[in-house]
Amino acid sequence: MRGFLTLLARNRLALVGLIVIGCVALLALITPLLPLANPNVIDTPNRFQPPFSAGAVLGTDHLGRDLLSRLLWGTRLSLAMGLAAAMIAATIGSAIGIIAGYYGGRTDNVIMRGVDMLMGFPYILLALAIVAALGPGLMNALIAVAAVNVPFFARNIRGITVGIAHKEFVDAARLSGMRNRDIILSEVLPNVLPVIVIAMSTTVGWMILETAGLSFLGLGSQPPQADLGSMLGEARSALITHPHTSIVPGAMILVIVMGINLLGDGVRDALDPRLKSGALSRPMPATTVDRHGPVPTARTDSLLDIVGLRTEFRVRDRVYKAVGGVDLHVEQGECLGIIGESGSGKSVTALSVMGLVASPPGVITGGAVHFDGTDLIGAPYEVLRALRGRRVAYIFQDPLATLHPLYKVGDQLIEAIQTHDPLSKEAARIRAIDLLKSVRIPNAESRIDSYPYEMSGGMRQRVGIAMALANDPDVIIADEPTTALDVTVQAQILSVLSDLRRERGLAIIFITHDFGVVGQLCDRVAVMYAGQIVEEGPTEAVLRNPHHPYTSRLIDCVPTLGGGQRKLAAIPGLPPVVDRLPVGCAFAERCDKADPTCRADAIALMPTGAGRKTRCLFPETKQERIV
Amino acid sequence: MTGYILKRLVSAIPVLLGISVIVFLIMAMIPGDPATAILGSYATPENVEKLNRDLGLDQGLVPRYFIWLGHMVQGDFGRSFALNRPVLDEVLDRFGATLILAGTSFVLCSLLGVAAGVVSAARQYGWADKAITFVVLVGISIPSFFLGMMMILIFAVQLRWFPVSGMWPIYGDRTLWVLLDHLFMPALALAVVATGVIARLARSAMLEVLRQDFIRTARAKGVREGRVIWRHALRAAMVSIIPVLGIQAGFVLSGAVYIEMVFQWPGVGRMLVDAILKRDILLVQGGVVFIAACYVMFNIMVDVAQAMLDPRIKT
Repeated sequence: MRGFLTLLARNRLALVGLIVIGCVALLALITPLLPLANPNVIDTPNRFQPPFSAGAVLGTDHLGRDLLSRLLWGTRLSLAMGLAAAMIAATIGSAIGIIAGYYGGRTDNVIMRGVDMLMGFPYILLALAIVAALGPGLMNALIAVAAVNVPFFARNIRGITVGIAHKEFVDAARLSGMRNRDIILSEVLPNVLPVIVIAMSTTVGWMILETAGLSFLGLGSQPPQADLGSMLGEARSALITHPHTSIVPGAMILVIVMGINLLGDGVRDALDPRLKSGALSRPMPATTVDRHGPVPTARTDSLLDIVGLRTEFRVRDRVYKAVGGVDLHVEQGECLGIIGESGSGKSVTALSVMGLVASPPGVITGGAVHFDGTDLIGAPYEVLRALRGRRVAYIFQDPLATLHPLYKVGDQLIEAIQTHDPLSKEAARIRAIDLLKSVRIPNAESRIDSYPYEMSGGMRQRVGIAMALANDPDVIIADEPTTALDVTVQAQILSVLSDLRRERGLAIIFITHDFGVVGQLCDRVAVMYAGQIVEEGPTEAVLRNPHHPYTSRLIDCVPTLGGGQRKLAAIPGLPPVVDRLPVGCAFAERCDKADPTCRADAIALMPTGAGRKTRCLFPETKQERIV
Repeated sequence: MTGYILKRLVSAIPVLLGISVIVFLIMAMIPGDPATAILGSYATPENVEKLNRDLGLDQGLVPRYFIWLGHMVQGDFGRSFALNRPVLDEVLDRFGATLILAGTSFVLCSLLGVAAGVVSAARQYGWADKAITFVVLVGISIPSFFLGMMMILIFAVQLRWFPVSGMWPIYGDRTLWVLLDHLFMPALALAVVATGVIARLARSAMLEVLRQDFIRTARAKGVREGRVIWRHALRAAMVSIIPVLGIQAGFVLSGAVYIEMVFQWPGVGRMLVDAILKRDILLVQGGVVFIAACYVMFNIMVDVAQAMLDPRIKT
């Protein structure tokens, strides 16, 4: 509750709304005590006095009545009407909702059918029909407005009640022999009450508008009594000659409803937990770059050279260092594997290359990605966009989520082609069919017109690969492309990728947490842990003779077929949280060889010969492995 | 698709029946003798007796409903005693004007609302987003009738850009241009609230969609940002925007009552208010049923549009 209030207070607009509404409500409350003229005394000689005239601050209306006095009394009446309508609607609607939700079954069915029917009715029309039957008048307008809002409460409260009616404490009450009526009153009602109050606070604005509307049409409050709506209605005939008589009540309605809406929005935002974490912000076209200090130059003439890359996520006052200085390079036609547990920063590294890390909250804070002579970090968006898909293409993990659900796969392929190549639609379609064939999709000619949901997971991933191939890129970055697939499909996808690499001389960066996959496909492998590379080298050498204790543990986790009874060694502990990284080795906590020097200072990635590097003070030796 | 449309049409029948029951029950709440209430000042003993016979008013609620329903199915909505002409004729005469007003308004609020929501989402927290959010807040808070009056004051009286009221000038040709000139202000005033509601929803729907993986895929393909927003994201967001468009259509259709009053627009809404004030019960009843039925039909169109947009809906 306190968190809620501070959140509400932090929302400045909601606070403004609260203050406005508070002031108006206070004025309405003390109106009878104020030294105001009688709102109903007619003084025709002094009609249409302009504002700020003697004796009438806001002027007078068409019958010479004091506008300020009428405004305050009218506000009082309008607020009272709106509140009363909200209370009636909330009470009746909630009662219906609770009964439907609590009893369920046929009762629920019948009631909700009726409610749906009423909600299918344009509600102003319904209110008009009710007033037509009962006759114009203040009370009848009130009844009409309350009645048309009953279904809204009934439906909302029913939803909440259904959830509560099956909770343990309600079951317990039933078993203890309590009567339904008592359960509803003592167990259910207290739990739905907050929801009712919130629903009321957000609807009272409409109800004030609706009653004012009926009064405006002459169907609500009848002369001489006036609410804001009927004041406006009466002033309408003098709109052009004496606009102030219309503006005064109209502006008051606007102020009241706006205040309520501001407050209501504030309440809603404070209650929606997703807004608290800021998760509702949308990622921008390219990751934000906030890079200080000198830009590292390319170390080699590799096709793609990542140097000292740092990417972090800034969520509120926390900073999660997902990638903490990664150096990687890949050559033409080479396949580089990046392996690590979830959260080790391997995907973020890959997405940083083309600025695809969701931002906010992602920010690239350092390093460079040299591709073909250009530094991609901090490159203008248009440069990046022209390279995306054209020279560096991605394959993502879950092909159902990564393909657009509402476009045919063919159209998505054609779009990928046409984005970088001004081909005609027909030519692009032919090429798309070829692409589908090249990833071994049977009946490519007919499959091209399928929607993603009509395909199997393996087929969808083939489409994903075909899309990545659309513009004959130099590098493909595959981010766990086989993780969501079953083993046989996985093998097929790997063989497709492996063939494509041979045929087209593609460089592939393959991200996975599966050593089996790495062994099958990759020339070189880099092992990531807590945002850093801990070991790198030729795949075979690393697999056979890992240097870093983490790599060795990771390999031990892999069960081998036919390897007999071997103890599967899960790594004790959890990877460190990347917003509180230790100074020294991040793996020290889970390593049985760790020693105070490991924790003292940052450890460099050191060459250990034969193209291998490791970030460890006490690398594993062969003897240890055999034991 | 034809099968789906037929299916939806058939499923509208119980809804229409439900509406007729609701309207019938509301009208049955009229205190006192129904025939006297319907006839008002025309309630001579002969008229009362004739009406009782025609509408079965002296019988129970259930037979009365079926008699009324039977008449309506044959296109007989009763006779307005104040106007002395069949209710349906009057409603149909007036409905064209309402349809033009509400239809234009609906197109306006859909286009403006969706566009504002999309821009707002794409420029989240930027100045455009803040400006739109503020305008939308004012838009959903201002009563349409007050807005209409202020528009008359500013744009018709002060600036003289548009005529003050009415659908046609008293003299002169009835050309399309003249109609648009008269239509602009009322249609806009009617559209404002719905525009605000749609803009808010469109913004949050877009924000939701822009975080999805397939948007990242589109960006990874190198698709231009404009296309990512207006094609990829909007298409997916429309799935949740369209149902709200349907609800807002009902709001615009019935909210036309206020605007027709303010702008002296010769539509069904004004007719309804006049009829309520004159206690012309049968005219109200017929008008309400007619508009509600139109709304049901419109919602079927919305469902069909939804099915055409989203291939995952089984048609």
